Amino acid sequence: MTNLSTTAKITWCPGCPNSQILVAFRQTIEGMVNSGSLKIENLVACAGIGCHGKISDYLNVNTFTALHGRVVPVMTGIKCGNPNLTVIGFSGDGDSYDEGLEHVIHAARRNSDIKLFIHDNQLFALTTGQASAASPKGFKGKTTPGGSIEEPFDAIPVLLQAGATFVARSYAGDIAGTRRVMEAAVKHKGFSFTEIIQPCITFFDTRDYFKERVFWREGGPASNISDAIKLAGKEGEKVPLGVFYSTEKPTFEEQTNQ
Amino acid sequence: MRKSHDSVFTVGIGGAAGDGIRESGSTLGAILTELGYESFMSFTYPSLIRGGHNFARITFSKDKVYSDHEALDVLIALNEESIVLHRAEMAENSAVLADSFEPADIEVLKENAVVVPMAATVKEMGVAAITRNSMALGALCYLLDLDFDLMQKVLEDVFKNKMPEVNIKLADKGYQLLKEKGFRHAKKIEPSDGKKEFMDGNEALARGLMAADLDFYVGYPMTPATSLLQYLAGRQLNSNLRVIQPESELAVINMALGMSYAGKRVAVGSASGGFALMQEAFSNAGMAELPLVVAVSQRQAPATGLPTYSSQTDLRFVIHAGHGEFPRIVIAPGDAEESFKLGADALNLAWKYQLPVIVLMDKIISEHAASCELKSDTVKIEQGSMAAIGRPSEIAAKASQSTVNDSTNQYRRYQITADGISPMAFPGTPNTVIKVTSYEHDESGITTEEAKETESMINKRFAKAETLKKSLDHHETVKVYGDRASKDVVVFWGSTKGPVLEAARYIKKPVKFVQIVWLEPFDTKKVAHELSGARKIINIECNRDAQMANLIKEKTGIEATDMILKFDSRPFEPVTLAERINEIMQR
Repeated sequence: MTNLSTTAKITWCPGCPNSQILVAFRQTIEGMVNSGSLKIENLVACAGIGCHGKISDYLNVNTFTALHGRVVPVMTGIKCGNPNLTVIGFSGDGDSYDEGLEHVIHAARRNSDIKLFIHDNQLFALTTGQASAASPKGFKGKTTPGGSIEEPFDAIPVLLQAGATFVARSYAGDIAGTRRVMEAAVKHKGFSFTEIIQPCITFFDTRDYFKERVFWREGGPASNISDAIKLAGKEGEKVPLGVFYSTEKPTFEEQTNQ
Repeated sequence: MRKSHDSVFTVGIGGAAGDGIRESGSTLGAILTELGYESFMSFTYPSLIRGGHNFARITFSKDKVYSDHEALDVLIALNEESIVLHRAEMAENSAVLADSFEPADIEVLKENAVVVPMAATVKEMGVAAITRNSMALGALCYLLDLDFDLMQKVLEDVFKNKMPEVNIKLADKGYQLLKEKGFRHAKKIEPSDGKKEFMDGNEALARGLMAADLDFYVGYPMTPATSLLQYLAGRQLNSNLRVIQPESELAVINMALGMSYAGKRVAVGSASGGFALMQEAFSNAGMAELPLVVAVSQRQAPATGLPTYSSQTDLRFVIHAGHGEFPRIVIAPGDAEESFKLGADALNLAWKYQLPVIVLMDKIISEHAASCELKSDTVKIEQGSMAAIGRPSEIAAKASQSTVNDSTNQYRRYQITADGISPMAFPGTPNTVIKVTSYEHDESGITTEEAKETESMINKRFAKAETLKKSLDHHETVKVYGDRASKDVVVFWGSTKGPVLEAARYIKKPVKFVQIVWLEPFDTKKVAHELSGARKIINIECNRDAQMANLIKEKTGIEATDMILKFDSRPFEPVTLAERINEIMQR
């Protein structure tokens, strides 16, 4: 097994949960390579732009750092170009719920065989703290001094309705749990969507809020979309984690390359 | 009445959208080409699906026809509106074929108003109304004294999937009708013996890309680039080519960048407005050094503009496209044959220099058709600089002999080399990590914000531009026609080639015609050589700002003495253009 680290200096804020996502991903890959279920040269890790996007510099694997909001079509292009590759992508709430939302929905619709991980910190962090589509109503950011007047975007029901064949949620602070969900997401054949709650310790520190509220759902994924939406739904103040839906359909790339 | 020239013959076919006007024009073009004529067809239509006025005009001759002529020798009118709109374009002794005529038409046209009962005949036969055009084509063939047996062979081929018996029967009826009437006023045009194919520029470009081993085409429908997408989509069955139509132009180009990274030869295409949406990713192709071909077909802009009409207003836009400074190539074919050649060149150049290449078309080149000879056997496939192992298809076979790197010699995607070109490798290659990014980066593809490293990477990318500039002598960056010794020069680019070279037949003094093919990098040396010492330089283009004249001035310091600019969204008409050039030459 090659060393998965690069010489790049990590420039996330000290203590940023992005580092925990990085650790969980390296462990996932190491496990899969060691067990023979993945060849490291066949892995391509993509990223968009935002704090999450720095992750590609810290991974000694094939990477494509796309433009802001455009990581998803790049991933589909790579998978079409060479279906033997395992194409995973990191994105953020700004990068996929604001700028590039249309691509995420269409990738789900066409069941593109790519694995998308959303680092959801509920704001734009790299640009130093503005409201994103995931920010809660009333969020006071630098561009919403009076509090955000918009409702937050709830991605999972939309992605399920759009046709995503794997939908999950995890919490960055739980490395073992994130690793478990990541491995299932990477091994899934078809479009997998995983929302990872990743509190921004500098501009919107929600660690204490989520630590008390996240919990792992018992049992397996739902067998239909409406049950999956219920499984993923927040129960009062509680935030469920786990794989909510998993099904198999022909992928876009296998049909394209027929 | 217009004067038609003896050596050419022009047929107009007019009707409503949905009447199959373009198909009839293409069928006639194919028949004429098969019989050995050089032909050119323009097609004018408004942006709607049914109704409106559609008009195909085919000019043919023994010699190469670069553009259609306005003066009509025959008009096939599928409705009364077509007669009214084109009556003034009729040449002396021309004929109009129609179902019926208004008394006012007969007063003007007299015995040249030829009743061909197309609608009644198809009704009687109980076949689709759209097939009535075939009866008119048959009548036309008698008029032109074409061999019916030969014509029948062509019709069988053209209509092989569309009721050949019905169409041939109708053509025969039309032919016999005029034979019985003994109507044959038309002047006789002799064919040549060359064998060519009749096609538009989008088809020729598509075939050029395919000849250069295109793996993927990604596009979103937008006139006048749509037929490029459709043509290639129809070619997937018996080839490795795959065509994808995603949700937007942004998805199109970003998807293409992913394919290119995976080692696939890919092209995208759109109208200029669609390309406007692709700007950020176009810049990323420059930054990440991903080979990419972009076909841009200009239409009348700004904004939505006139969707089905033409312009040459995006020269400046495309040569500066994308934010930031990075090398790119922009080449502009002047007709379908050049579209084929430059399509193949574009793919090879993109891979050789690892940068985006634009093929700048317009509505006229994309959709107007001509008799073409595609020299497929001259197309070479250039892979560019590959790191040891090569393309993914070869990786599996050679996986055991991985030589790209060892622990001491790590592969670096952006390795600095003397010519600026770094060897390419693709994901899937053992022991090789390929990192590309939209951020400025070091040689291994990791983000950098260091001043020195930034500067050296920019220099590396521009070293490719220098390597490219040194190779310009090997490319046909500028084409010269006419009298090379003349001090009077006509300068043009893109689709203006058609009307200019067609006008050349009617220009009274010897003139040198200079076509600028490479817009970026600009071949300053060659252009200056052709223009310096000229008495007159007449710059002709379809825009208001004289974009080419200004570019020539910027690059060479040479100013055009006269301008012929047209920006009403319609192309130049050759005979009218010749008159204007003659007028300037007399001054």
